[in-house]
Amino acid sequence: MFGKLSLDSIPYHEPIIMVTAAVIGIVGALVVGLITYYRKWGYLWTEWVTSIDHKKIGVMYFLVALVMLIRGFADAIMMRSQQALAAGGAEGFLPPHHYDQIFTAHGVIMIFFVAMPMVIGLMNLVVPLQIGARDVAFPFMNNLSFWLFAAGMILVNVSLVVGEFAKTGWLAYAPLSELQYSPDVGVDYWIWALQLSGIGTTLTGINFFVTILKMRTQGMTLFRMPIFTWTALCTNVLIILSFPILTATIAMLTLDRYLGMHFFTNDMGGSQMMYVNLIWAWGHPEVYILILPAFGVFSEVIATFTKKRLFGYKTMVWATAAITVLSFIVWLHHFFTMGAGANVNAFFGIMTMIIAIPTGVKIFNWLFTMYRGRIQFTTPVLWTIGFIITFTLGGMTGVMLAVPGANFVLHNSLFVIAHFHNVIIGGVVFGMMAGFTYWFPKAFGFTLSEKWGKRSFWCWLVGFYLAFMPLYALSFFGAMRRMQSYEQTEWQPLMIVAWFGAVVIAMGIACIVIQLIVSIRDREKNRDLTGDPWDGRTLEWSTSSPPPNYNFAYLPKVDSIDSYWEMKQQPGGFKRELATKFEDVHMPKNTAEGPILSLFSLFFGFALIWHIWWLVGLGAIGMFVTFMFRIFNKDTDYHVSAAEVEKTEREYHKRLEMQA
Amino acid sequence: MDPSGQIGQGLKSLIITAFGLMLIVVIPVIVMTILFAWKYRGTNLAAKYTPNWEHSNIIEVFVWAIPCVIIFFLAILTWQTSHSFDPHKPIASEDETMTVDAISLDWKWLFIYPDEGIATINELAIPVGTPIHFRVTSGTVMNSFMIPNLGSQIYAMAGMDNDVYLEGNEVGTFRGRSTHYSGEGFSEMLFDAHVTSDADFQAWVDKVKQSPDTMMFPEDYEQVAKPSIANPVEYFSQVSPDFYGDLIKSYKAGHGGPDSHGEHNEARESSMPMSAQAAE
Repeated sequence: MFGKLSLDSIPYHEPIIMVTAAVIGIVGALVVGLITYYRKWGYLWTEWVTSIDHKKIGVMYFLVALVMLIRGFADAIMMRSQQALAAGGAEGFLPPHHYDQIFTAHGVIMIFFVAMPMVIGLMNLVVPLQIGARDVAFPFMNNLSFWLFAAGMILVNVSLVVGEFAKTGWLAYAPLSELQYSPDVGVDYWIWALQLSGIGTTLTGINFFVTILKMRTQGMTLFRMPIFTWTALCTNVLIILSFPILTATIAMLTLDRYLGMHFFTNDMGGSQMMYVNLIWAWGHPEVYILILPAFGVFSEVIATFTKKRLFGYKTMVWATAAITVLSFIVWLHHFFTMGAGANVNAFFGIMTMIIAIPTGVKIFNWLFTMYRGRIQFTTPVLWTIGFIITFTLGGMTGVMLAVPGANFVLHNSLFVIAHFHNVIIGGVVFGMMAGFTYWFPKAFGFTLSEKWGKRSFWCWLVGFYLAFMPLYALSFFGAMRRMQSYEQTEWQPLMIVAWFGAVVIAMGIACIVIQLIVSIRDREKNRDLTGDPWDGRTLEWSTSSPPPNYNFAYLPKVDSIDSYWEMKQQPGGFKRELATKFEDVHMPKNTAEGPILSLFSLFFGFALIWHIWWLVGLGAIGMFVTFMFRIFNKDTDYHVSAAEVEKTEREYHKRLEMQA
Repeated sequence: MDPSGQIGQGLKSLIITAFGLMLIVVIPVIVMTILFAWKYRGTNLAAKYTPNWEHSNIIEVFVWAIPCVIIFFLAILTWQTSHSFDPHKPIASEDETMTVDAISLDWKWLFIYPDEGIATINELAIPVGTPIHFRVTSGTVMNSFMIPNLGSQIYAMAGMDNDVYLEGNEVGTFRGRSTHYSGEGFSEMLFDAHVTSDADFQAWVDKVKQSPDTMMFPEDYEQVAKPSIANPVEYFSQVSPDFYGDLIKSYKAGHGGPDSHGEHNEARESSMPMSAQAAE
């Protein structure tokens, strides 16, 4: 009846897990209770769960990412604590069985369920507004993407309490992830969580690629697009090209594990080297999927807050395009030590270094945007300056790792850990936090507390250096990654410094939470009625905050880069005047099919993990029927009447006048 | 980092050179960031302000040229060192190269000395100044064979014949390990590598030959291949003729050769109590 699932699958004997589960349970019950008490279920269902509004979907992505950031960070602080303790024969508090799950979960959560939803969330919120569109190309698919992603996220969290997670490292290298060496359900959780969320991501990639190419407003040629939209376009190209590789690779591993095939096994002609190649053929572009939008954020932020045009717009675009192409021909640098010949290693090493050229150019362009500007040191600018310095160092250690000779001694060491946290925290996290602070008022109509934002920045910056510089140093004394314990007591002081760094980062995360609470409390004081709190340059700032569900009553016309800034520079400036005549706006209807289909996919994945075959069938049939229902559902769109648009716009202008 | 082998020393200087080359651009970038941020702060109304300036051919040339030049030199360095430090390349030496097979198992290292006809677990001895040809494979999941003080690492993969040439230039005992995560006992997958004088090496070989145990493929192998954590050092006085080749072939022939691979599964699952012992 329940396949491999039994009451023994719940780790009662692990106090850490049980306490965590209890806390999650209590908080969850509290949230459910509050929603019920305030009778908000209907509101949640109609305004959020079934919403096809790209802005709301973006907000939901970011919210999930912030919650998962705390989950992923809890793993991080446990690892740092373990390594601060387990020196010279001490065992620490985490046995290998638990420690190995934690570093796997940390990697999976931080990449797939924190960084990815932050990037996709920002794209959702910003891209349609920046290109002057009313929604994305495929609004239903957008809702489905989010809920498939959420189903994957739920599976990862279920693994905490029911069964266990993979003990393989975040990429589940075969043959360790094969049934022979990982017979338990951990790898299956990994497989189905990534398959569901990965399909969601692929759909998002297609959706935004088409949206950017087909739905730009009148006059917005490709070379007038805001830089963030450009980086989003390149990121979506990378998603479309690389995520199917991930899906196919995991599918082959699934066939090995479920049907006894031999794609990546040791014997019967399986090739583990093929697995490593395939997973990195996705994995390396993935790195750029994350960092390119962050580059886009920094470009927008630095131009806005220096009150100056972005230096070298075209160079920026071409550098982004170059990185997009190059990111597909460098994957082998993740395994120089697998035994390829000198020519192959040298080729991939040099290709990797070449990526440093367009990246370096971007850094110089940001610097020359600051040059002769009027820099306002807002929170997003602090994140940007912190990024430029930190990322430059991370890029440098990346190039060092790209030299195959150096890689033969640095590979698998803490140097690698320090390097990629250097670029992911210094690049992606800083970028997403800058974007979060920068566009938050667009989504909610009030600005975030600068005081707590800046505190968060300083904690993250100082915490990062304290946590990861010691790891660079330790790597030169032979410290390797993924060690549950180590003999050398002389490493311990630096491990304790790194632990302290993680504590400072924890304070940074706490500051973000406080920032949100304080800002919501003071929302009336920080209210931005104009929709343009930063004196912005691009179209999203020309509409109200939060924008109406149709974004623009009239689609804007564009004739330059930074078109909204140019409009403001016209004699007389940009006037937020009420139009004299309104027209009906064609919009998509909310959808229940997205969340319902995803719920069935969750059953489907969970049942496959535990071999509960009847539930597999139910999930599959449920998904199919829901999908058919959607296909034959003709009632998917409606018109917001001109009268209603006029009413919304009049209310907005009334608010504007009252403020004036 | 304190390398004691010529490969390790060469790689150390390579890392320092690459680091130095990149500092040429990294330091100016960091200085410029701080300088520009300070000079063009919003409150400094004396600083020049050009809101529409967004292009300069001269600056564009420089921002492309400087990274290009540095990467050009790094690329040359990379090409040369990829060949000179190719792990598969024999080390030029007057001394004859010695072959040692390193086989990763769950979670220990089996070393075979095919010429001496001996084998050990979790202990390696090599004569100082003699180039060693390590042939590296695995009887389990992927691992990576490394003695950090001597230099390069290389992956150990089942059914694959990988290799790395290393040489110890100083007498001493160094820690070696698997650097590639391979499961539960990974952290303790350590061994001592003794770099010894020729005489001491011979004495060590003689000591190993005193052992009553043998390492025949597949029967003895099946015993040692069972998972164990922090396995003590073991010596084997006799080895079947082409042990290394036989092990690799066992994966290529149909179903992974001897039954050992089939039993593996249960053995790994039942390894929990053993790890508990190790923890105690």
